[in-house]
Amino acid sequence: MTEMVRAESVHKSFGSLEVLKGVDLTVPQGGVSCVLGPSGSGKSTFLRCINHLDKLDAGRILVDGELVGYRERGGKLHELSERDVAKQRQTIGMVFQRFNLFPHMTALDNVMEAPCRVKRESKAEVRDRALALLDRVGLAEKVDNYPGQLSGGQQQRVAIARALAMRPKVMLFDEPTSALDPELVGEVLEVMKGLARDGMTMIVVTHEIGFAREVADEVVFMDGGVVVEKGPPAEIIANPQQERTKAFLSKVL
Amino acid sequence: MTHPTETGRERPAAIKAVPVRHPGRWVAIAVLAVLVAMFLHLIFTNAGFRWSFIFTSYAPGKRGVMFTEPVLEGLRGTILLTVFSMLIGVGLGIVIAIMRLSPNKVLSTVAWVYTWFFRAVPRLVLAVIFGNLNILWTRIGFGLPFDKQIGQLFGIDNFDGQIFSVKSTDLLAGFVAGMIALGLSEAAYMAEIVRAGIQSIDEGQSEAAVALGMSRGQVLRRIVLPQAMRVIVPPTGNEVIAMVKDTSLVAYVPVTGELFFQLQQVEARTFVVLPCLVAALLWYLIICSVLMVIQFFVERHFSKGYGAAGKARQRLRDIQVEQGGRITT
Ligand SMILES: Nc1ncnc2c1ncn2[C@@H]1O[C@H](COP(=O)(O)OP(=O)(O)OP(=O)(O)O)[C@@H](O)[C@H]1O
Ligand SMILES: [Mg+2]
Repeated sequence: MTEMVRAESVHKSFGSLEVLKGVDLTVPQGGVSCVLGPSGSGKSTFLRCINHLDKLDAGRILVDGELVGYRERGGKLHELSERDVAKQRQTIGMVFQRFNLFPHMTALDNVMEAPCRVKRESKAEVRDRALALLDRVGLAEKVDNYPGQLSGGQQQRVAIARALAMRPKVMLFDEPTSALDPELVGEVLEVMKGLARDGMTMIVVTHEIGFAREVADEVVFMDGGVVVEKGPPAEIIANPQQERTKAFLSKVL
Repeated sequence: MTHPTETGRERPAAIKAVPVRHPGRWVAIAVLAVLVAMFLHLIFTNAGFRWSFIFTSYAPGKRGVMFTEPVLEGLRGTILLTVFSMLIGVGLGIVIAIMRLSPNKVLSTVAWVYTWFFRAVPRLVLAVIFGNLNILWTRIGFGLPFDKQIGQLFGIDNFDGQIFSVKSTDLLAGFVAGMIALGLSEAAYMAEIVRAGIQSIDEGQSEAAVALGMSRGQVLRRIVLPQAMRVIVPPTGNEVIAMVKDTSLVAYVPVTGELFFQLQQVEARTFVVLPCLVAALLWYLIICSVLMVIQFFVERHFSKGYGAAGKARQRLRDIQVEQGGRITT
């Protein structure tokens, strides 16, 4: 199987605070990695490095074999232009904890915006695709609603459809259900399970252990800016080897 | 009428209660009514106002002073001046706001200095200065910068790199000088308004847009500014209305094609003071009322997806769908 995402020794500091201290991760095509870890361990920062929302200080990240944010020429790294970075980001979908839908656009327009404006695809075609995507996440009836008229779970499903509309090679989820009322978590996880079944490569930061156990191919436990332990969900969740993993799991399970 | 509910019980009749009385309000209304009546009485029975002078005819064979030819010209000047100086103000203001928010220190400092300067200088002073700038520079042109100096560097006297130029008394006088003075001043205020608007938008919005692969320009145009408009429009309405009134300052440039100046001219000719002032007041009231109506519609446009307006539109749609109608967007 080919590698879709490869992170090598990723370091990142904010000022004097070193948030990532050498994170390694590989996700094969179609693989699902769930990242667990306590608050402040650098999970969000790591995800944001993958699509270059945050610039890493050391190490490298490749998506589908292509270096993110830089070009290597003659043994030297050159920063990519804003335009080239934007081009790379088109292939990396991201879903945020707080949805971040565009409130001045309907659900349909939210989904259509990027394919129409960024990729300049034909409007009619995008519209059909967007409607199909919204139908797939169970929102066929809500296409003309504004985000302010949708429940949290519905908004997050629109956000997933919006990311999918760009036909990404990999999807990054940053605690997609953490801002939701408990009864709405299920509908979002259902959509994500469907995606995983359809072979989407996914990196999911989550506190939903049940989801990780069921869907993940690999569970990664992060703490203090490093990967403490990783492996198949059955092993990590049922039988963690590291003290820190045990301590964390005993709190969330 | 009663409807059976799902539980099979009957829905009780709608509440018909006696509303709470507010005697204080009625007293206040009565007092206000008397005051308004007194005010109207004062105005309409005092011959000094000379309403016919204002509305019907201010001199034999002439229209009322509000509608006489030079005053209408002045009105046109005031409106054009407002429109053009606001266009300069808004356009330049957006650019300066974006510069101010730029991570580039040079750009943000330049923007800061601009706002500092033009907010500090009174508009009246600016207007007079711009009316006199043509003393400093006799020609204004567009072309190679520092052409004379570059020419001298290569030993050519009088090297001319200007593509076109005009005598500055032609360009920088009267209307244009007033328009530029007001526009530049306005840009400083608009820059602050736009900056506040942009900064009021959640960081997550541009982050989500960037993550979709949008460029910084697209993020600004499509995502941030449309949302910021909700915050920008109301104070901009204030600015437009203030500008209508500030156009009277250009009389000092001097510009003659302006409402208040023209009415003062009539005043000087006829020695009728108050009616001319009242005519000016009425015109300003009319312009500002029209502007407020426009503002209402602009605000409604940019509140799409927010609060009551968006919800009301959705309710309409839901009703249409319920009644088997088609969804129109
Ligand atoms: N832009 C920033 N500037 C400074 N510090 C930051 C910034 N972003 C994150 N940090 C810090 O980096 C550390 C890791 O943050 P991060 O958001 O990656 O943690 P996390 O694992 O996602 O936590 P959570 O589960 O609470 O979301 C935190 O201590 C945070 O305060
Ligand atoms: Mg986080």
